[in-house]
Amino acid sequence: MEFAELIKTPRADNVILHRPFYLAVEGTLCLTGHHLIFSSRRQDNAEELWLLHSNIDSIEKRFVGSLGTIVIKCKDLRIIQLDIPGMEECLNIASSIEALSTLDSVILMYPFFYRPMFEILEDGWRSFLPDQEFELLSALTDEWRLSCINKEFSVCPSYPPVVIVPKSIDDEALRKVATFRHGSRFPVLSYYHNKNGMVMMRSSQPLTGTNGRRCKEDEKLINATLRPGKRGYIIDTRSLHIAQQARAKGGGFEQEAHYPQWRRIHKCIERFNILQESLIKLVEACNDQSHNMDRWLSKLEASNWLTHIKEILTAACLAAQCIDREGASVLVHGTEGTDSTLQVTSLAQIILDPRCRTIRGFESLVVREWLQAGHPFQQRCAQSAYSNSKQKWEAPVFLLFLDCVWQILRQFPCSFEFNEEFLIMLFEHAYASQFGTFLGNNENERSKLKLPQKTMSLWSWVNTSEELSKFQNPLFEANSLVIWPSVAPQSLQLWEGVFLRWNRPSKFLDEAHKEMISIINYNKELQAKVNALRRQLAEMTTNDKMQENL
Amino acid sequence: FYTLFMLQVENVKLLDRYTNRKAANGTVYLTATHLIYVDASAEVRKETWILHHHIATVEKLPLTTAGYPLLIHCKNFRVAHFVIGQERDCHEVYTSLLKLSQPVKPEELYAFSYNPKMSKENREIGWKLTDLKVDYQRMGIPNDYWELTDVNKDYEVCNTYPPEIVVPRAANKAVVIGSSRFRSRGRIPVLSYLYKENNAAICRCSQPLAGFSARCLEDEQMLQAIREANPGSPFMYVVDTRPKLNAMANRAAGKGYENEDNYDNIRFKFIGIENIHVMRSSLQKLLEVCEMKSPSMSDFLTGLENSGWLRHIKAVMDAGVFLAKAVKDEKASVLVHCSDGWDRTAQVCSLASLLLDPFYRTFKGFMVLIEKEWIAMGHKFSHRCGHLYGDPKEVSPVFTQFVECVWQLMQQFPCTFEFNERFLLEVHDHVYSCQFGNFLGTCHKEREDLKIFEKTHSLWPFLLQKKQELRNPLYRGFTAYKELQPNTLPFSFQFWCGMYNRFDKGMHPKQCVLDQLLSCVSQKVKLEDDASELENKLPFLDGPLPSEACSLSKVGNAASKTPMLNTPQDYEGDPPPVLSNGASEGELDGVSDVDQKHKENLSLYRDLHDLNDTIDVLDSEAKDGKPQHH
Repeated sequence: MEFAELIKTPRADNVILHRPFYLAVEGTLCLTGHHLIFSSRRQDNAEELWLLHSNIDSIEKRFVGSLGTIVIKCKDLRIIQLDIPGMEECLNIASSIEALSTLDSVILMYPFFYRPMFEILEDGWRSFLPDQEFELLSALTDEWRLSCINKEFSVCPSYPPVVIVPKSIDDEALRKVATFRHGSRFPVLSYYHNKNGMVMMRSSQPLTGTNGRRCKEDEKLINATLRPGKRGYIIDTRSLHIAQQARAKGGGFEQEAHYPQWRRIHKCIERFNILQESLIKLVEACNDQSHNMDRWLSKLEASNWLTHIKEILTAACLAAQCIDREGASVLVHGTEGTDSTLQVTSLAQIILDPRCRTIRGFESLVVREWLQAGHPFQQRCAQSAYSNSKQKWEAPVFLLFLDCVWQILRQFPCSFEFNEEFLIMLFEHAYASQFGTFLGNNENERSKLKLPQKTMSLWSWVNTSEELSKFQNPLFEANSLVIWPSVAPQSLQLWEGVFLRWNRPSKFLDEAHKEMISIINYNKELQAKVNALRRQLAEMTTNDKMQENL
Repeated sequence: FYTLFMLQVENVKLLDRYTNRKAANGTVYLTATHLIYVDASAEVRKETWILHHHIATVEKLPLTTAGYPLLIHCKNFRVAHFVIGQERDCHEVYTSLLKLSQPVKPEELYAFSYNPKMSKENREIGWKLTDLKVDYQRMGIPNDYWELTDVNKDYEVCNTYPPEIVVPRAANKAVVIGSSRFRSRGRIPVLSYLYKENNAAICRCSQPLAGFSARCLEDEQMLQAIREANPGSPFMYVVDTRPKLNAMANRAAGKGYENEDNYDNIRFKFIGIENIHVMRSSLQKLLEVCEMKSPSMSDFLTGLENSGWLRHIKAVMDAGVFLAKAVKDEKASVLVHCSDGWDRTAQVCSLASLLLDPFYRTFKGFMVLIEKEWIAMGHKFSHRCGHLYGDPKEVSPVFTQFVECVWQLMQQFPCTFEFNERFLLEVHDHVYSCQFGNFLGTCHKEREDLKIFEKTHSLWPFLLQKKQELRNPLYRGFTAYKELQPNTLPFSFQFWCGMYNRFDKGMHPKQCVLDQLLSCVSQKVKLEDDASELENKLPFLDGPLPSEACSLSKVGNAASKTPMLNTPQDYEGDPPPVLSNGASEGELDGVSDVDQKHKENLSLYRDLHDLNDTIDVLDSEAKDGKPQHH
């Protein structure tokens, strides 16, 4: 297919761009296969706006006489308005944008066409390989092994080719366990807590069904992670009621009788369209220009967004607490093990593991616990807050995770190497990107699409020193401790950086941020200067002494 | 020191709502001024000091298995939940505190006994720190239109106004006196702030005694004089900060609001800020929400909404913004009143000044602003704060709301204030502490009668001494920002956890950016000294340093010493039970070396944080005037 077929009017002049807090600008609008480009030719302040079609969540058009107006709502939550003279031009442009922003074939997406303008120093596709992770683990313990059982994605389609499992469990047993777990997602290692040797595993729900099926290999597998005489915790991310209902559809939960060494705790984390609805309501509330405080608070409450944040964080804290304070191993699962499970396991690692609070470590966490673990990004992030499609599989699961990380970052502002911008950047790229990283729903699909060969990795770009400098937190000081966030409602806040980003001027907050950086950097320079002077002085004194001795 | 205790009760527990830590066990001491709780179970001595004047309510709760609970609510929003072993002890503490926290006579207030080591001269200089005349001069007064008059020197015009007030030159004594008879409690229109750039003024007064039809020629002349003092504008605003319904109800009592037909070229406007009773009950509801035991997000947000607190904060802010815009953008003068013109009017006028003039965003300026718009103009601190035993219906968080509005502005404009959040909390504390004379009584005349200026100390020099810890490291100076135009859409207002849950440390961020930046600032001074000292020792080496020296040297940061208060909360509801083999955490078998080491780390870090608490307490002791006990 040629994009040109979809673009009947590639260019329109005298278009007026409206954005909140900016003066309206007149300029030229151009459509390309992947971008909407608006450029103003004002001499004093020429500017260009490039918008990826895939970033467009919805588009509305209306007419007053022959002047057409289109309102474009983006997945990054920004809303812009374009006034386009000429009814036909406007209609053409609107229909082109609609078509180009809803291409159904992945291989037509921009990452397959994007050519990087920066020097590639590191191939991000090879930055975080499972073997490297395993090497780190092997240095700490020999109780685990790397299994290639899923090499051809033959056992579990949503797992990566290699997974880490207890050494004492062979591939034959794994195959049996896979048949006992939803989507074949048998328990695998998610995190090893070096401090006390406890582990966190994740899986999907067991297929116990109504007649209480059991699987000896499954029991053996998870028991293999327990120390003699110790108990473990199973954190089920569904309420007991939902877990019980799941039995009717062949799913279920671990019965006490068959898993006597495990204590099961149910923590209810919402899923799918409930979360999407929540996002839609929240963004609607944030865009409401009404001055009525009660209305705002009641809409904020009714969106339930912060309730979800609190629930997810609480479950993650609980998992971390079991591991670090109770000295117990933990298995986390919900139904499929691709959504709430990953929220809990990844957040627990941020709480427990200082490495995950570095830039590189966080990238590795996103790769391990989200991309390789089979979070279906393409389905979940197909649409954002302005979606009308209401597809069941659309859900801001990853955005909720990032929001929770932001909440922890806000409570521990000096313990993270990255800043808020880094999290916002990941949010943007998960929904629309020039990079192939978040395409596809799992490693299987990514390998079929040949993404590593045909597209650029987000990490290749982020890890260039120029980009990294934007994402560094000036307050960062390595903190080796476990960080326990507060989950009291008073401690959790609306993530303004994402949800109010386009709804208020940011000048004063940006200035504050710059001021903070300059204070810290000035001190660092001073310190460096003092150190250098000290060294010089020391050298002088030694030279003097040497001369005296001569 | 210990002989000064009036009462000593042992075997007392202090419960902590937000951590899983075991309740502390210790001793309560009552002194003439403080309740002191000494935690005996902690390895490091830990003290909690509560000023009697800060105590709002004391309640005995039903007996529990642990003993007799005593719940203390403080005016600075501390909630202390004690459990006392003996009923007799509990009752004794209870009755003592009731007496001590509600003095009957003004002479019993702390300010009259507070005696820091300070010379008489310094004490007097302290009172002269905020000279309102200087502030009027800063605005260019006296000038062609405005004059500072002593017409009220014997409090004949208005006994709740200060002796010196600023009125239009065109308003002669007859007009002033005439107008005062037509204004509730004689509180005539006087100048609050003159915006020098365009001569528009903010003036304040009380409601007119207009009833349904009364009018007063002198009052009309007074308003005309105010309008004509701003030749650039053909009209002036008259803003009644009450809801229209309240203002109308007042007409039946012979009070009310200005009839637009009787005054030339005024634009009359209502801004519905609710009265002191609504505000009191709103705060009460807010505090109930803040105190809920593990509320859900929905409970909290619904409670926050139902309290109406942020709605009221927004109303005050909106009114301040309206005034500032009228003056700056429309170049029109504004006359503001409510009923008596000492609550809502004070809030709104001081907020508008803060928005218009960067001076008021400095330490000095903020002190002047409070002295001018609140203390001098007769905000009844003594009644609103319940300093003495009296009518509980007179108590209202009017000043608290103003302080919160300032905090909300700080959130939107982090670089525009010279002081930080802690400064606001300090000021708020001392409005209630009665340790300094500034906020005693209800008006200037009463403070004179109480001999405040001879017998007590002023708060301001005391706060200026602590400037280093109360400053805003991000402040970009007096000239960086002029007028502020805050966003007042509802989402711009945040719940102020640092105020209303201030003592629930577990809820606050565990690392504090402010501390980090403050330590940077103090480190900077030291580093600059070091650098220049070293440079002096290297006389022949001038010119820029080799650049690699900068990039290669390892940077140390002293800020890392800030200990974190960090323990897990109750994330599950009920805590996980003891492990199956009955081992508790402390006696796990096969504990590795690493594990041991970490435990040591943990306990070390627990101690650090306790130590830190103690330091906090000691700081507040110093503030509360501990030296006199030594």
